[in-house]
Formats: sequence, structure tokens, C-alpha cells
Amino acid sequence: MDIRHDVIGHEDLPGQTPHGPWPEDSLARVPYWVYRDEANYQREMRRIFEGATWNFVCLEADIPNKGDYRTNQVGAMPVIVVRDADGAINCFENRCAHRGALIAFDDGGNVKGNFKCVYHAWGYDLCGNLKGIAFEKGINGLGGMPQGFDRAKFGPRKLRTTTLCGLVFATLSDDTPTIEAFIGAEVLGRLKRVLNRPIRIMGRFVQPLPNNWKLYVENVKDTYHASLLHTFLTTFRISRLTQGGGVLVSDDGGNHSSYTVGVSEGANVGAYKAQEIRTDQDGRFALADPSVLDWVEEFGDQIQLQILSVFPGFILQQIHNCLAVRQIVPRGNDKMDLVWTYFGFTDDSPEMNRRRLKQQNLVGPAGYISMEDGCVGGFVQRGTAAADDHVSVIEMGGATAESQATRATEASVRGFWKAYRRHMGY
Amino acid sequence: MDLARLVELNATYARVIDTDQLEEWPRLFLDPCLYKLTTAENVAKGHESGLIYADTRGMLEDRVSSLRKVNIYEGQRYRHVVGLPVVLGEAAGTADVETPFLLVRVMRDGTTDLFATGVYRDKVKPDMSGALRFAERVVICDGRRFDTLVAIPF
Repeated sequence: MDIRHDVIGHEDLPGQTPHGPWPEDSLARVPYWVYRDEANYQREMRRIFEGATWNFVCLEADIPNKGDYRTNQVGAMPVIVVRDADGAINCFENRCAHRGALIAFDDGGNVKGNFKCVYHAWGYDLCGNLKGIAFEKGINGLGGMPQGFDRAKFGPRKLRTTTLCGLVFATLSDDTPTIEAFIGAEVLGRLKRVLNRPIRIMGRFVQPLPNNWKLYVENVKDTYHASLLHTFLTTFRISRLTQGGGVLVSDDGGNHSSYTVGVSEGANVGAYKAQEIRTDQDGRFALADPSVLDWVEEFGDQIQLQILSVFPGFILQQIHNCLAVRQIVPRGNDKMDLVWTYFGFTDDSPEMNRRRLKQQNLVGPAGYISMEDGCVGGFVQRGTAAADDHVSVIEMGGATAESQATRATEASVRGFWKAYRRHMGY
Repeated sequence: MDLARLVELNATYARVIDTDQLEEWPRLFLDPCLYKLTTAENVAKGHESGLIYADTRGMLEDRVSSLRKVNIYEGQRYRHVVGLPVVLGEAAGTADVETPFLLVRVMRDGTTDLFATGVYRDKVKPDMSGALRFAERVVICDGRRFDTLVAIPF
């Protein structure tokens, strides 16, 4: 086939995976070992999560006051995110400089004064600086730390933080560009479209998934699957490929925003029925109480569904009036946590609050839509158990990763692999 | 409120779910009603969201018909072990009741896991016929982790 392949230059890169060259050197091919290989997983932690990327660590709404903190992970690394006296937000490794114990061993809270490790009472200020060592001078001139021990040389690793529309991101690398440049103008515009005023958290749930973290990233970016897997999207015309919409992919491939515009399907109105696609149950499946679908336009642009991702593990979702951020936390090669935070806006009316509560039935671990994404990643993980030497075929809409005015494409999935291979040096 | 009747209501509730008579499940609620599946953490923080949130019997029926007809998930069933109810208060014929539960999930291949623990926090009152029904059932799970997906109601 005469398809232009978006080939990644390897001149500055090792170009070799643990299993040899990338298959066909193509963004449209992904080897299945990539979801299973242990050494590759460790490399991902270092080169991606601890590399030149912005990792979502919390919402500003989680830590509104001085001393408020949350714990989270950046890849495998436990971190503390804390608001200091100036209102600035700091992030540092949740690891005592002494023996490596967790400094904070809860989900968050408020710290008065300094953090103090429970093991030997070493203390840290809200910037992560080592400030106190118990019995530093010993007792009666005996014991204690040696003279000349320089506290400033010891401390947990510090991450740079940045905020964007109420989101807090952190990075370990000095090379990570500004968050705006990292996301890219097109996708950034779509993020600001939703996060346009102060939010309020409505609930939080964790969904452990039995699959490699990348399978969920791909699922989120996969505009092709949505109306073919999820009956609710198709039957109730929340998102069909035959409706208006498209997918925006950042230049580096790593970030995307797909969207559905509620316009008439025109000549394609019968396309799902004609192909006997399971998910089109229009006329055969109806709701006794359709209030779960009762949405109002709140962003003034007819976009009724928008899914947005920031490399490597952040997702912002607008499905009708159901808003959420999701964080992907890798938990080993074949496990991950998906952390859902549902939100609304501080100025929501009681009616809008109720509408969001009802529409939240669509998403999350029990979501009419999202429960199905909870199982498909595991189906791939199990289906590829003996397929390390085989590849998946990601060729809908070509083999490149640019923005497209259709969602019958896998452009944004290829975009992920473009960014992934660059970070991994493949 | 008579404890034996509350025990019977809870036993019926668990049995219709565990024996796959899900169509009977909405009939144990008044209409309108509230059924919410959430966590102790969300309740403590005053966060209103539920994994499942239904405020009419119709929404409960939709859960069942959706699971039966359109949702994709791997075959599974539950075994509820429901403890004894405690009546926390009673006013105008409605009892506030709390009942602990364990929920075991049995997958189609036989894999058996402790899926959730928690309490049901209910408002129970008689319907027109005198049968006890739920005006509210808020399922408050002790943990916040829901493995893979939640298809069948708790």
C-alpha cells in the first residue's frame, strides 16, 4: 500500500529496543512485548515519568491553604505536593533523606510547621529542605552526627511544579519546556475551554485495571473504538463517527483532544445500521428515565463530548455535562490504577449539580460507557500473552499522527507512540 | 421498626442480586428514591458523587436493562454476606438503618475475590401495601478501589 509512514529519525538515538529495531520503523505498528517487558517498564519509569514530561499531581482545589498537602506518584516515585506560606506549590520525593522511609504516609492533610519523618524524626520544610535531625549533636558529647555534616546536601529530590487552570503538574527534568509549550497551542485551547473557571471536587474513585498503563492511554486516544464498543455513545448519539468532530494531535504526538459536535449525520445516518454494528440499538434499546442524558450546552460551542490527554498520564473529560480528570498510575507491567476525580464548577446551580450527579452514571468504574473500557485493556493484556513477537496494526486514517477532521482514524494513538519512542530512545 | 422485618428486607435484597433476579431489585425501592454507591472517603469529605446514582425507580430499571442488553463486561456474580441492621433513628414512619456487608465477586472462571466491604445506610419505610421498601439506600464502601469495573449493583 502506498501510505506515507511517519518515520522517526534515529540518528541521535540508540534506536534499539530490548527486542531489536522497532517493527517496520512505523508508528502504525506496535510490538506486543512493549506491554510485558520488565526492563522496558523500568526504562519507562526513568525516561518518561521521571524524564522531560509534566506529570499531573493534584488539583489546586485539593490544597487551597498554606500547609495543605497531597501525596501522589510520579511513575513509581512517591511524591508530596504542598502549598507553602507564599501560596506557591512545591513537590518533592516522599522519601526521607536518612533511611528512605515515606515522610507522609496518608493521602494528604495539613501540616503545621515542618514535615517530620516518623522513623527517626528528621524534619523537612514545605520546600522539601532537610531542616531538623533528632539528637544531631548526640548526648553529653557522645554520638550524634559528625561535625561538618551538611544538611543542605541531603534531602529528597525536588520536582519543578507548574499550575494550569487549577491543575498542578510536576517534572523531575530541567529540560521539560513550559506546560503551555509542552501541551501545544491547539490542545491547550481545548483544555482552557473546559477549565475556564474555579472548580469544585464532587468525588473521587480509584479503578485498578488489569493491564499495562499504555493500553489505557491508547484507549483514551482511540477515537475509532468509542462508538463501536460503547452502546450508550452510539444509540443515544452522544458520540458517533458520523457526527461532526475530529481529533487534534500536538506536534510531538503526545497530547490530543478529540471532540464530537452534535450536528446532523446527513447521508451517513444509516451507516451503523448498514454495517450491523452492535452498538447502534436506536429503536431497540431505550431508557425508562432518560434524565441521565439530559444535558445542557455550557461551553457555547456545540461540542458535546471532548476527551483530552496530556502525555504521559493525564486525561480531562467532558461528556455532556459530566466533567472529570483521570490520572493513570502505573503499578507494574500488567497493572495500573485509574484515579477518577469528578468535578463541577463553584458557581454551579443546584440543577446543574444534580444534572452532573446523574450524568456521572456514564463514567467511572460503573459507568455505562467507562465500565467497558475497564475490561478491554485486560482483554488485550490477556490476548497478547504469547504474542511478544507480534504487532498490533494501528493504521486507520493512515500511518501518520497529525490532526484530522475525522475520528475514523487512529492518528492520536500513533501520536502517543511517536512521543513514546522519542522519550524512550526507540 | 421491627428488626426481623428489616433483616428480611436485607435478605431479599441480597438474594435477588446474588441469584441474578436483577429485575426484582428496583421493586425494593420506592419511587422516587435514592440509590447511591460511594465511599466512606467521599462521604467524610462531603463529596456527593456516586459510582452509581439513581433518584428514580426508572433509573434503577435502566441499570438492569443496560446490563442485560447492552453493556460489555465479563461474566460474574456476587455473594453478599449482610450483617445485622442497626436502627439509628425513626421519625414519621421512616427508619434510619445501617447494615454492614461483605461482597464477594465470583468471575466466570471461578476466581473469587473480596470485592467490597462497607455499610448500607438506608431510609426504610412501608409502601402502600405495608411492605418495607427503601426510600434511600446509600452504599458506603470502606475502600475506594473498585477492581476492573462495577457492573452489578452492590
